Amino acid sequence: MSDLAAGLVQAAILLAALALVYRPFGDYLARVFTSERDWKIERGLYRLFRVNPESEQRWSTYAVSILAFSFVSIVLLYLLQRLQSVLPWNFGRGAIEPGMAFNTAISFVTNTNWQSYSGEVAMGHFVQMAGLTVQNFLSAAVGLAVAVVLVRGFVRRRTDRLGNFWVDLTRGTIRVLLPISVVAALVLVAFGVVQSLRSGVTVANPDGTSSTIPLAPAASQEAIKQLGTNGGGIFNANSAHPFENPNSWTNLIEIFLLLVIPVSMTRAFGTMVGNRKQGYTLLSVMAALWGAMLAVAWWAETHPNGPAALLAGASLEGKEQRFGIGQSVLFATSTTGTSTGAVNSMHDSYSGLGGGVPLLNMLLGEVTPGGVGAGLYGILVLAIIAMFLAGLMVGRTPEYLGKKLGRREVTCAAIAMLAMPTVVLLGTGAALLVPGEVASALSNTGPHGLSEVLYAYASAGNNNGSAFAGLTVTSDWFQSSLGIAMLLGRFIPIIAVLCLAGSLAAQRKVPETAGTLPTASPLFGALLAGTVVLVAALTFIPALALGPIAEALA
Amino acid sequence: MTVTTPQRPPEEASAHHAENAGRVGAGVFNPRQLLTSLPDALRKLDPRHQLKNPVMFVVWVGSVLVTVFAIAEPGVFSILIAAWLWFTVLFANLAEAVAEGRGKAQAESLRRTKKETVARRLLDDDGGEEEVPGVRLRVGDRVVVEAGQTIPGDGDVVEGIATVDESAITGESAPVVRESGGDRSAVTGGTTVLSDRVVVRITSKPGESFVDRMIALVEGATRQKTPNEIALTILLSTLTIIFLLAVVALQPMARYSGSTQSVVVLTALLVCLIPTTIGALLSAIGIAGMDRLVQRNVLATSGRAVEAAGDVSTLLLDKTGTITFGNRRATGLIAASESTPDRLAEAARLASLADGTPEGRSIVELIEAEHPGAGGEPGGEFVPFTAQTRMSGLDVDGRQVRKGATDAVRGWVAEHGGLLPEEVTRIAEEVSEQGGTPLVVAELRDGTALVHGVVRLSDVVKPGMRERFLRLRDMGIRTVMITGDNPLTAKAIAADAGVDDYLAEAKPEDKMALIREEQEGGRLVAMTGDGTNDAPALAASDVGVAMNTGTSAAKEAGNMVDLDSDPTKLIEVVEIGKQLLITRGALTTFSIANDLAKYFAILPAMFLAIYPQLGALNIMHLATPESAILSAVIFNALVIVALIPLALRGVRYTPSTASALLRRNLLVYGLGGIVTPFAGIWLIDQLVRLIPGIG
Repeated sequence: MSDLAAGLVQAAILLAALALVYRPFGDYLARVFTSERDWKIERGLYRLFRVNPESEQRWSTYAVSILAFSFVSIVLLYLLQRLQSVLPWNFGRGAIEPGMAFNTAISFVTNTNWQSYSGEVAMGHFVQMAGLTVQNFLSAAVGLAVAVVLVRGFVRRRTDRLGNFWVDLTRGTIRVLLPISVVAALVLVAFGVVQSLRSGVTVANPDGTSSTIPLAPAASQEAIKQLGTNGGGIFNANSAHPFENPNSWTNLIEIFLLLVIPVSMTRAFGTMVGNRKQGYTLLSVMAALWGAMLAVAWWAETHPNGPAALLAGASLEGKEQRFGIGQSVLFATSTTGTSTGAVNSMHDSYSGLGGGVPLLNMLLGEVTPGGVGAGLYGILVLAIIAMFLAGLMVGRTPEYLGKKLGRREVTCAAIAMLAMPTVVLLGTGAALLVPGEVASALSNTGPHGLSEVLYAYASAGNNNGSAFAGLTVTSDWFQSSLGIAMLLGRFIPIIAVLCLAGSLAAQRKVPETAGTLPTASPLFGALLAGTVVLVAALTFIPALALGPIAEALA
Repeated sequence: MTVTTPQRPPEEASAHHAENAGRVGAGVFNPRQLLTSLPDALRKLDPRHQLKNPVMFVVWVGSVLVTVFAIAEPGVFSILIAAWLWFTVLFANLAEAVAEGRGKAQAESLRRTKKETVARRLLDDDGGEEEVPGVRLRVGDRVVVEAGQTIPGDGDVVEGIATVDESAITGESAPVVRESGGDRSAVTGGTTVLSDRVVVRITSKPGESFVDRMIALVEGATRQKTPNEIALTILLSTLTIIFLLAVVALQPMARYSGSTQSVVVLTALLVCLIPTTIGALLSAIGIAGMDRLVQRNVLATSGRAVEAAGDVSTLLLDKTGTITFGNRRATGLIAASESTPDRLAEAARLASLADGTPEGRSIVELIEAEHPGAGGEPGGEFVPFTAQTRMSGLDVDGRQVRKGATDAVRGWVAEHGGLLPEEVTRIAEEVSEQGGTPLVVAELRDGTALVHGVVRLSDVVKPGMRERFLRLRDMGIRTVMITGDNPLTAKAIAADAGVDDYLAEAKPEDKMALIREEQEGGRLVAMTGDGTNDAPALAASDVGVAMNTGTSAAKEAGNMVDLDSDPTKLIEVVEIGKQLLITRGALTTFSIANDLAKYFAILPAMFLAIYPQLGALNIMHLATPESAILSAVIFNALVIVALIPLALRGVRYTPSTASALLRRNLLVYGLGGIVTPFAGIWLIDQLVRLIPGIG
């Protein structure tokens, strides 16, 4: 099968599979967060942690719960890394140095999973399983919870109660993430992904020498790494590593896993607000942007302009031969569109335009279709901004889903929207100003070097975690600045979104009248897509001009 | 005395309205206003004034910064950029000054009505009076005003009846009657009594009278930002911050790329990117919106009320006087078979000849139109309507002719040994079912009662109402008719007028309940009223328009007063409210859409030296980097001036569905906003390139 055909077949199977599970899974997600009944195991957990599942929280209490929970998570994960030398299954790996441990702790708790360490070199099985994998679940569940709270804000009327964080966290983990991960891990093992607690296998090389290939419990972490849009690979090469992603089938399953929750959340949203078409509109915006990004990257990578690539007929540098162009760009577009950050090819090696796609995909604000939960609340924030302008243009106080968009709603949405560009632009600018940092960290100069720095901060600020490579980020400056970028990029929008939910829930519902602007319509979809692109374009064009654009036009 | 506020007499305004089929008209913008407002605009360069507008404050700071650099290192380019940045600030001030200037002219003429008056205050104890200056009157004081004197303050007539010239306030030259008690008791300070003598109880403190409020309003002195305006300002500030970040972060990137940029260029880029167009015009739009309202003789207590008008989804209208002419009119004669149409007409005319009520007159008019020569002037004795007989008529030549309600006539006929024919009862019922009021006409001649037939009285729906309600429906507004009529009549009139719903047999508390019910459901309710019993409902509704002819209580309770006392004015108020929001939204969209072209102009100019390939982005083929940046800055400044008329006039508003409105405005202001600057910057570059040192 040709590269193009293989890629198209995989894309077709992927879309068909997503379409198949969309309704039942989306409705299931909605039920998980609206059901009155607790599972037995959940009741046990609530008793253990002395949580009253009946008591609901205000937005501020909910926010404090998230912050406290995340802070404790960061501390625990930091300690686990620092104490690695005394933990089991370390196979001789010592403590992680403080800067890297700080960065990694934040990275996994913020669902970024940016890796400044090399998986198989630095992290032993215990830290991987008890630390990183646990956060893969919990950080994803936090994202789900925040999205659900925002949806409740639209659904509920005249209340200050938005749900209980501990209940939402528990349900998201136990009813959604765990069961799917278990099944997915078994399926991945069946297709050849490694799952082992051994240190490695020693193989005899043809020349008589022998070498050790590290092993790891890869399949169990791979499943949640994709499903939770986390992206931190157990091996350094991430999903390009044959033990993590051995063939086209595992590649397909992994892409499916990282898209399935963000995509289905739009259905859950529609179900919860009682108008499924609202969810379809958001989904079509996400899908259209994802499709456009995929098309551009695919075209760019099959129309190379370097001498080596011209000879090969495509940009194959940094791509796995077993995946080719199609399955690589499919993975790249999906992973950067979902704030996952796993990679099955090296984005740094993409052409100027092709490499601009993953970058732009992140700069759109992770809404194509975005991370678990984060994608939905991200696009809802942009929908509020778009509806505010649209509402004015039809001559009414703007409203969305029956809630008025007044001063407080716009302020919250603006803060949520402002956080990412602030972090990315200031981070990039500051990194370029710190004497000596960039010069020693960059392996490239000129526009490509700038793209690498911009990509790093875009990835951290958007909690994506994919790396452009080519940038050494182990210096104290990068470890700390990227760590802070991840923190701010995650929690400022979360707090703003929770505040937004609080002020929406306090309102009564404005009934839909003949004068209401319908939001389940192609017109609104187009407006929303335009807003997403325009906001990103206007914010980042100057930076992009000196990076990917200068590179692509050269 | 015609020192009047409105620029157009109200009748002309509504005529204009009708012929423009669904368009909000607008005041005329005269370019000369730009010149006359220049001194005010210069005064507004004060940074304390600029601080109120975050977007323009950034431009102001940028202008100062560039000026400093232009002085330190003088050059044609930096001096021109500095100059045009100042022009940008100035043009924004100009927009505001022009809008305020239009209000000031109105305020000036109003102020002239506030001439010093001497009030004749009544003393409580002995009934004597003393002369005090009008400004020293307190609430509750009673003053005497006689023909030729000016009423010293707002109040209610508590004694007497007088004709009053209110043209100073309303622009309406015909005098109006004001009398104690009832719903026509309110008088306004500054108006003149033309005849008779009245005692007025003062209801407003000095300096807080109607005219004072009106002056403050048109001058924009008490203008506070409306909720939507605040929310929009937050969004604009956010965009400004984003662009500030983008430009600030650009410098290290430029330095890394080997092309550090000058402060002048970076400031120029920043000013071009931040939403200066809408930032500059925002307050002018708000002032002009209120101004348009005043031009239509509507006085709003706050901008918030005007905005709320745009959101109204339910409109409560009193039937009488609003939807229908106040009085029932005769619209048909139905003869009984024992009589003939001609005899019915003759008898009905006789019964009504001496009846001075509008209903009686309308019967005579109808008969004279349909049965000319139905009789002469017979004289005779008029029998007036009483609550006991519930009939009226005429006794002449031994004939007793009566007209009245069906059961009253039935009783009268039975009293004289007759019987109301079954047929007549049926006719009367039919008339009721069709929304009319039946008046049975009977006659007693020579001791025998004869029933001639039925006169149908109907509420006549004012012409053009159906079209107006249709337009409201297009805007997504539901109209509810309030009437004291029985449900049957109400239904018929509702169908005739084309309202969406009706509330029959309504008592004041029913009206309140309806408002509450609508508001519970999250709908905004607008209503008009004039009577004191309307006051609670006016206060409870989101938009309450009191009629100027109404009582002080009604005027206090509402948040708008219509000086023309035209209940259908609400429709125009709603349109103005919507137009206000649309203008803001459209110009914001335009402002943001403009940025794309500016990037295409400025970015290649900045980085051509290091990345020649970025020249491909110079699709406008601007001459030099300097001419490109300067052209963008000039365009950015000039577009403010170009849009001042639009900001003052408001974006065109045609009642249509929300989707259609959005589609149109996105096309005109979104797409137009993308395309226009490409053309504009290119054109300006053609001139700018001729400047030595630039081109």
